Amino acid sequence: MRSTEQRLAGIRGGVPPRRHNARTIAALTGNPGCTRRAVLDSAGVDKTRLAERIGFPARFGQSRFAITRGNAFEAQLKADGGTELLRLVAERLGVPVPESASWTDLGDGADDTRHDLAARQQRSRDRLLAAVPSPEADTAALFDHPLLGLDVAGQRVHLEPDLVAARLAGRWHVVEIKSFPVIDGQADPAKVAAAAIQSAVYVLALRDLLTAAGHDPGLVGTDVVLVCPRDFGNQPVASLVDVRKQLLVLRRQLDRMARIDTLLAGVPEDFTADPQADPATLTAALTRVDARYAPECLATCELAYFCRHETRGQTGALGRPVREALGGVATAAEALALAAGERAPEPEQAEAAALLRAAAQLRADALSGHPG
Amino acid sequence: MSTLRALARAQALATGRAQPVATVRHLHLADRPLVLVPLTLAGEANAPLAALVGAAPQEARLLVVPQPRNRDQRFAFAAELASVVLSWIDEHRGPTEAVPVDRGRDVRHRYLDAPQLVVPNPAGVTFLRLFGRSTRFRRTDGEYPVHPSVPLLGQWLTFFAERAEHPGSAATVALTEALTLHWATGQSVVEDLHLPALLGWLDPPAGLDGAQAAARAEDPSVCPPAGPATDPEFDNTLLAPAMAAYDAAGDDPHAREAAYAELARLLRGQLAPTWELVWRGLSLLRALPAGERVAGRWSGDRDAFTGYCEHVDAGGGPQPRRDGAVAAAQRLHRLERALTSYAVQRAYDDPLVMAEYRLTGEAFVGEVTLADPHRIDDSGKRPVLRPRIQVVTTEPVLVPVGATLTSPTRPGQKARVVFVTPTAGAKTEVVLELSGGMGRGRTAAPGTVPEVGERLCYTTLGDTFLPAPAFPATEETPWTHGGPPAPREPFDADLAAHPR
Repeated sequence: MRSTEQRLAGIRGGVPPRRHNARTIAALTGNPGCTRRAVLDSAGVDKTRLAERIGFPARFGQSRFAITRGNAFEAQLKADGGTELLRLVAERLGVPVPESASWTDLGDGADDTRHDLAARQQRSRDRLLAAVPSPEADTAALFDHPLLGLDVAGQRVHLEPDLVAARLAGRWHVVEIKSFPVIDGQADPAKVAAAAIQSAVYVLALRDLLTAAGHDPGLVGTDVVLVCPRDFGNQPVASLVDVRKQLLVLRRQLDRMARIDTLLAGVPEDFTADPQADPATLTAALTRVDARYAPECLATCELAYFCRHETRGQTGALGRPVREALGGVATAAEALALAAGERAPEPEQAEAAALLRAAAQLRADALSGHPG
Repeated sequence: MSTLRALARAQALATGRAQPVATVRHLHLADRPLVLVPLTLAGEANAPLAALVGAAPQEARLLVVPQPRNRDQRFAFAAELASVVLSWIDEHRGPTEAVPVDRGRDVRHRYLDAPQLVVPNPAGVTFLRLFGRSTRFRRTDGEYPVHPSVPLLGQWLTFFAERAEHPGSAATVALTEALTLHWATGQSVVEDLHLPALLGWLDPPAGLDGAQAAARAEDPSVCPPAGPATDPEFDNTLLAPAMAAYDAAGDDPHAREAAYAELARLLRGQLAPTWELVWRGLSLLRALPAGERVAGRWSGDRDAFTGYCEHVDAGGGPQPRRDGAVAAAQRLHRLERALTSYAVQRAYDDPLVMAEYRLTGEAFVGEVTLADPHRIDDSGKRPVLRPRIQVVTTEPVLVPVGATLTSPTRPGQKARVVFVTPTAGAKTEVVLELSGGMGRGRTAAPGTVPEVGERLCYTTLGDTFLPAPAFPATEETPWTHGGPPAPREPFDADLAAHPR
């Protein structure tokens, strides 16, 4: 019997686990019932490569125009030691705007080696803990690019968020800068939701940091400050987003992944998702781990096109409401056979079958021009 | 999702072709709808990049913004689009008809025609709304003047975006929505938002089934997205270099012209496939016969168009950024009323839509077995004609005694449920008492009372007028709703926010 760590390494192949960022951790909370995804993510498999390898590439490209715009907006806000940012955040939180604030860039000299990462994280940790809000330390302080850590599936994951942690009025506040516009006080709900769950990851990591050092995790506010361009221009506007709900969801999914042993118990011993392996082997291996595909996966999961192909013919692939409207019958062929009366329903399908037969009759009548 | 529609999806999946979920067309189609296919620049707040616009397939006009981050170029695009849209709108301001109002004591006039704007998908409607918002408050004088047509375009685009929210209106058509109202595909609602994939199911190329055609349409290198968002791969590999070349051309007229031509070629390549698809989708819809009540709803659009023309002619200002409390409540009431009425009208017009209600017991079809057309109810102050009929049906009848039903074939007649008696052989006898729609006398006009042997549909759905509650005047907005709103700023205060 191999240890969990060994098994996960075996699944991943001979490569180090793929590094998570807030975006990938946030994506974990979508479709929590999917075992395939939980196992692959826990093992840190490079799903983008895996999907390409098996012939179902993901389509999550990012336009360079969007990246340029995002960087420019962020640079504009952080200019002059974040004076503008500080004013916006303080005003939104309803606290007096401090005359000045200390600005610490914890992302300095980023050199992407593992050793440096650990050192940088230690530095982030020390600086943030030294600055824990207290009656003595209640001046305004901004920390840019803190390197945070989070335990995901028993592994320490480093997060390098594009975030500013602001110490203001005796608390830490997570400040997230996004380049989508807020027009007349409204923004794209999908983008706000994505930003909220990402921010929740940072709140969680900051709280874990405080808890581990024996501080009150409540010192990190659950109202995240989202800074976006206002209307059609470049002027920033700050809004508060309450992420308490997202924190709960995140906590629950991380706990579930922490119990990865239970999940692995149901996975074949020789299961592998090593992108080096032969595509046919990979496809065969993947089909042996349960997935729970829903059309919503297309927007979040790199493997979605594969899962969609695999579930072709199933009513669930048409969307959960379709499956429910068909009385929970699993495949389209079965639903049609029940509707045509060509197949005897299982006892628990009796009600659904009656409904489907009536529906098929009504449809046929209406389409043939006989209204009943 | 109703079971009938879900079943149609299952059938589409099994047969590899989209399946009808309507037998008639539920929206008006204009002879010359203006098709607009917009593209925006990624990362920017609805900054237009290019558009194909025109009122006939061969009249496509390409508008290009070589540098969408440049505000002068953005508003030049707006002025160019305005020249197309505003003249097309004016084409519809022809003859009018008189409509009696106030119970015939007065008349008002409305245009016989109204403009219809078609975009590929709901995101296209969002483009209209946001582009309308970014142009309608612009000043034509002062520090950053725009062409006088620009704010007017903004007002009209906002008008179209608002009509798109109005259930049953055909003034603004998001094509994917119009198509899925009439056909079900073998894919999910999310995937139906992609126009090329949707048309893949509806009208697959020879040799492919719906699923294969849809899968092919999902590859942006084969089939560019229907916008307004562009394909990131296109942005990175083709658009960005072409845009850089345009910028690098500087003031050299030849180089500039060449760079512009290249940009236009690339963008046309991204837009033209969608343009073709939109017209193909429209012709699929056109092949369906219009429902009986479609013309009535279109006259509502003509009313709205006439009303907004009058507003503009009278020098009326742009729509507010956000509705005040009273205006919002009125709008909500209007939309709710339209939503109910639209659902009822569709069911009345289309047996396949009515079938959804029959399946849930909100409607039933049966045969008249008894009829007493001369029955007089003399229990009240004066005797009234109240014929009774008995309808026998094999369908489930879930309507309670005392409920009022109507039949699509006799919409002006009410039928009150008197008895519901299940009988042997899984049949149900329903006795109905009729009132209205039988003429003025004490005997029913011929043909107004259903006869024995007639097959009829009765439903709880009724298109009855829902009177508006008394809303306070704007200046009397109660304090619970924030009090009277502050006078709004006539122009955009964010002018300074456009340094580029």
